[in-house]
Amino acid sequence: MTDLPHSPEQPVPARTSRLATFWRSDLVWSYRHSPVTIVASIVALALILMAVLAPWIAPYNPFNPATLNLMDGMTPPNSASYSDRYFLLGTDNQGRDVLSTIMYGSRVSLFVGIMATLFAMVMGVGLGLVAGYAGGLADAVIMRVADVQLSFPAILIALLIFGVARGIIPPNHQEGAAVWVLILAIGLANWAQFARTVRGATMVERQKDYVAAARILGVNPILILLRHVLPNVLGPVLVIGTIGLALAIIEEATLSYLGVGVPPTQPSLGTLIRIGQQFLFSGEWWILLFPAVTLVLLALSVNLLGDWLRDALNPKLR
Amino acid sequence: MHSSLTRIAAALVATTMLAGVANAETLRWARASDSLTLDPHSQNQGVTHTLGHHIYETLLDRDVDGNLQPRLATEWYLKEGDPTVWVFKLREGVTFHDGAEFTADDVVFSIERAKSEHSNMRQLHAEVESVAAVDDYTVEFQMVGPAPIYPNNVTNTFIMDRGWSEEHDLQEVQDFASGESNYAVLNANGTGPYVLTSREVDVQTVLTAFEDHWAEEPPAVTEIIYLPIADAATRVAALLSGDVDLVQDVPVQDIERLSSTEGFKVETGPENRIIYFGYRFGEEPLRSSNITDSNPFNNPLVREAMELALDRDAIRQVVMRGNSLPTGVATPPFVNGWTEELDAYPAPNVERARELMAEAGYPDGFTVTLDTPNNRYVNDEAVSTAFVGMLGQIGIQVTLASRPVAEHSPIILANESDFYLLGWGVPTFDSAYIFNDLVHTKTETHGTYNVGLYSNPELDEKIISLGTETDLDVRNQTIAEIWEVVKADRVLLPVHNQVLNYAMREGINLAVHPEDQPRMTTVTFSE
Amino acid sequence: MLAFILRRLGQSVLVMLVVAFIAFMVFRYVGDPVVSMVGQDATTGDIEQLRTRLGLNDPFYVQFVRFVGNALQGQFGISYRLQQPVSQLILERLPATIELAFASALIALVFGVVLGIYTALKPRSFSSAVIMTISLVGVSLPTFLIGIGLIYLFAVELKVLPSFGRGQVVQLGWWRTGLLTESGWRSLILPAITLSLFQLTLIMRLVRAEMLEVMRTDYIRFARARGLSQRAINFGHALRNTLVPVITIAGLQLGSVIAFAIITETVFQWPGVGSLFVNSVQVVDVPVMAAYLVFVALVFVVINLIVDILYFIVDPRLRDGARTGR
Repeated sequence: MTDLPHSPEQPVPARTSRLATFWRSDLVWSYRHSPVTIVASIVALALILMAVLAPWIAPYNPFNPATLNLMDGMTPPNSASYSDRYFLLGTDNQGRDVLSTIMYGSRVSLFVGIMATLFAMVMGVGLGLVAGYAGGLADAVIMRVADVQLSFPAILIALLIFGVARGIIPPNHQEGAAVWVLILAIGLANWAQFARTVRGATMVERQKDYVAAARILGVNPILILLRHVLPNVLGPVLVIGTIGLALAIIEEATLSYLGVGVPPTQPSLGTLIRIGQQFLFSGEWWILLFPAVTLVLLALSVNLLGDWLRDALNPKLR
Repeated sequence: MHSSLTRIAAALVATTMLAGVANAETLRWARASDSLTLDPHSQNQGVTHTLGHHIYETLLDRDVDGNLQPRLATEWYLKEGDPTVWVFKLREGVTFHDGAEFTADDVVFSIERAKSEHSNMRQLHAEVESVAAVDDYTVEFQMVGPAPIYPNNVTNTFIMDRGWSEEHDLQEVQDFASGESNYAVLNANGTGPYVLTSREVDVQTVLTAFEDHWAEEPPAVTEIIYLPIADAATRVAALLSGDVDLVQDVPVQDIERLSSTEGFKVETGPENRIIYFGYRFGEEPLRSSNITDSNPFNNPLVREAMELALDRDAIRQVVMRGNSLPTGVATPPFVNGWTEELDAYPAPNVERARELMAEAGYPDGFTVTLDTPNNRYVNDEAVSTAFVGMLGQIGIQVTLASRPVAEHSPIILANESDFYLLGWGVPTFDSAYIFNDLVHTKTETHGTYNVGLYSNPELDEKIISLGTETDLDVRNQTIAEIWEVVKADRVLLPVHNQVLNYAMREGINLAVHPEDQPRMTTVTFSE
Repeated sequence: MLAFILRRLGQSVLVMLVVAFIAFMVFRYVGDPVVSMVGQDATTGDIEQLRTRLGLNDPFYVQFVRFVGNALQGQFGISYRLQQPVSQLILERLPATIELAFASALIALVFGVVLGIYTALKPRSFSSAVIMTISLVGVSLPTFLIGIGLIYLFAVELKVLPSFGRGQVVQLGWWRTGLLTESGWRSLILPAITLSLFQLTLIMRLVRAEMLEVMRTDYIRFARARGLSQRAINFGHALRNTLVPVITIAGLQLGSVIAFAIITETVFQWPGVGSLFVNSVQVVDVPVMAAYLVFVALVFVVINLIVDILYFIVDPRLRDGARTGR
């Protein structure tokens, strides 16, 4: 990628012609002409890299309690700690390095957010396609279930699912399963948005001549759905997906505020904010500020990418 | 709430301070939760009792040092020649808010009510066989056997008026299962220093001083506005912004900021509550451990190693911000039986702890899950998290299971936890209360919170004897013996006693109450 | 028409039952109410006895049938925590939540529509980009943090607005309103803004998107070709076509504002049904939790039903309860 020919003077080898086409495509064009999007994608990429590479680049491993010294707690940024270690962004109330906890915490948050959104997306798109295409009883059942689901704020649903999971999983295995329970809870709380959108779009597509033609020709409905309907609803799905990702990360934080979520020894960004929130009045601003800024940057950049994607994928708006 | 008015009022007070204390003083008092009910015998819970003490009164009270004080009873003694009868002499000239006179009959009615089936106070009066009025101002309590420390149990049992109660059909305590609410839940008629003016549950309760109260000095606070504010940050913000005058449940991390802010101060004092870690006893392997053929906690060397790994002073300094009293015994200093020797705790020694672990046969440590509440005690989750780190240093890899107390308690009570954090208050101020529930073998009536299932028949026998031993010296000797075994056996791993903090605006004086039940009658105003 | 409404009514009842059922199934896992009801002094025997008396030892379908039976007669029992009739508790708290929800819905609608139109009409301008970005900051932070931040800024530092509560209230029949006093209005500002941010962003983006779509339609192009003024096109034609789906969504969102209020009410100690619910969850006050969930479901079902019926009236082609624009 790095030695990609940029200048038109150079002869373009046949092998890269596809890349060149891509480079000149509308999507890329709109990307290159949106400085906000470029910044957002750089920020998002940096944060994701930071999270993925945390075990290798973080100065400390805050998830290993044996390495912590409680007396290092509350060290302000860029100053010497009790045990004479250096913490660029200071430490929290357990003596954990804030920078490292943010890196590891972003990892947890992103993992939960991405998995939950994927889960919601697959479930919502699948059910939405079926409901929109099949109609009738299937439609009624699916959409009524979606109604039930939308009858409650996502947080409430997640809270309830979390509660059920806690009841089903024996107490001693709950903490190991906590992350998966969160993913399930947040995912189940958000599928209905996808389902509604996809169903609406599917119903519109279904009316169109080409689908009718395909149906008359006896094409397998699943094939119709996948080949013709799905590509047409993918745009809105991607848009909801990116915004849903941001939402899932925030929801995880809120669940943590309500006292359920990942174990406090392996904090996510949300847990860090919940902990830091206690120090709002006491002067240890760094415990709250840095995780909060990270969360905002993450959610914001993902949201902005979602925005750009929506505009770019919608040919009518170009 | 009325913030601009208050600021003006505050400014006026400040400028007219030389004129002395204003005649009508309103105190806006915030804490984390509301009283659950005004029915005096329905709930045995600190927050509910605290409000109750302003409207109703008890036979005896405790001062801020925890000593018994006369209240509606002026004298109390064992009947001469019969150690199974307690005599209470009652105060004369006391009236209820509705004007009815207070007599022995009201005490008989109230104690019988507190003993009735739906009362949550009834355990405290389980030893009372019957109550009888000898004359209008003398009551005799016939106990089932000798009950030397029974008067400790009456400090939260409020006295109602028989006439008023019968008029409103209140012979029965509020029954949860009935589906209906009784009159006393929202209405009150006590002998206390304040009269209920209005009550909006979870929002605000207004009390005004009772003019015909028996106390010689009227309280400095003439009106109380009680405001529950659930969120800790909001509560502190309300004080800082001048929307309330007094905040009871102050997060420890905000104390420094509040006391260094002009116009505010924080009162600090020890609470009658111990925080400890408990673990499972018995041969059976733990549920959450990688050691599947034995129970490491059952090995005294492991328990000793864990105590040596626990750095109580570090927890005090960092997690509690200096607001705790580290201790080596599972009883607060207020309690009969506490001694300085018991209170001493070993200095942390990780080296030695590692050796002990190796000696015990766990050189590589083991894994286990620690169950902790996260909304019950001061920084409970942070205390547990800190201990997880310390245990990590001696090879014990702990998974922390942090839950709201409503989920934590059932797991604990069902004996399903291997390792847990719990707090224990001692309303009777006597060690027997601790032994009964935490040390005695778990049965239908005893050892309810002995959820690590420790069992020592010899101790059980001694614990039971405490209930009826009338010679206080012998009794205290037995208590000392029990503590010695409990401490040597490391039945519980005590961390610290909690410290209470009340934050208030400058000019208000209120001492910390060891049971966290401050009385607004004791508030004074100064410059 | 009648058949359609009847069918939807039937479905709504089914939804309510499912909600109640799920809610009930969940309660047994939230914790044990009895432990927090009896206090520290209770013995194991006491705890077991109260549990039996409350019927908590019955199989959960028995509890559920009993609950539905009582609920049908308007009986939700008494709160374990506050010992008062649940229906009375909810009715007392309802005005606070409704006033908060309407205020924030209004803020969201007004600012959302205005900003949405603005950003749609000037899609490439710098100010639009700024508005779009800032609006996202509002949804990129958890509500509890925004609320506490606002309290810190406006109540503690600037001391211009109250930090908590509802101010002085006036009793109008059973309705307790905070809208008739100055302190009531001042208390409403921060929580209403906090609660509105999410919906505001949503509505703004929706208006912008719809508006951009409509502007591309032949119908607008035709209007432009006819030489209508830009203003007339923007507001006379484009906006009108935009607002139909927007109002639909806003209506549907009103329900979720009520439900969303849980966190906002807790942070601001707003005495509504949301904070009642949170307080109830903490001690597993099952009767209140059940009634609250059924109540929220009822609000949604009613709003959904109304929207469906309106659609049916507006567009008879949409039989089978099919809806677009959602």
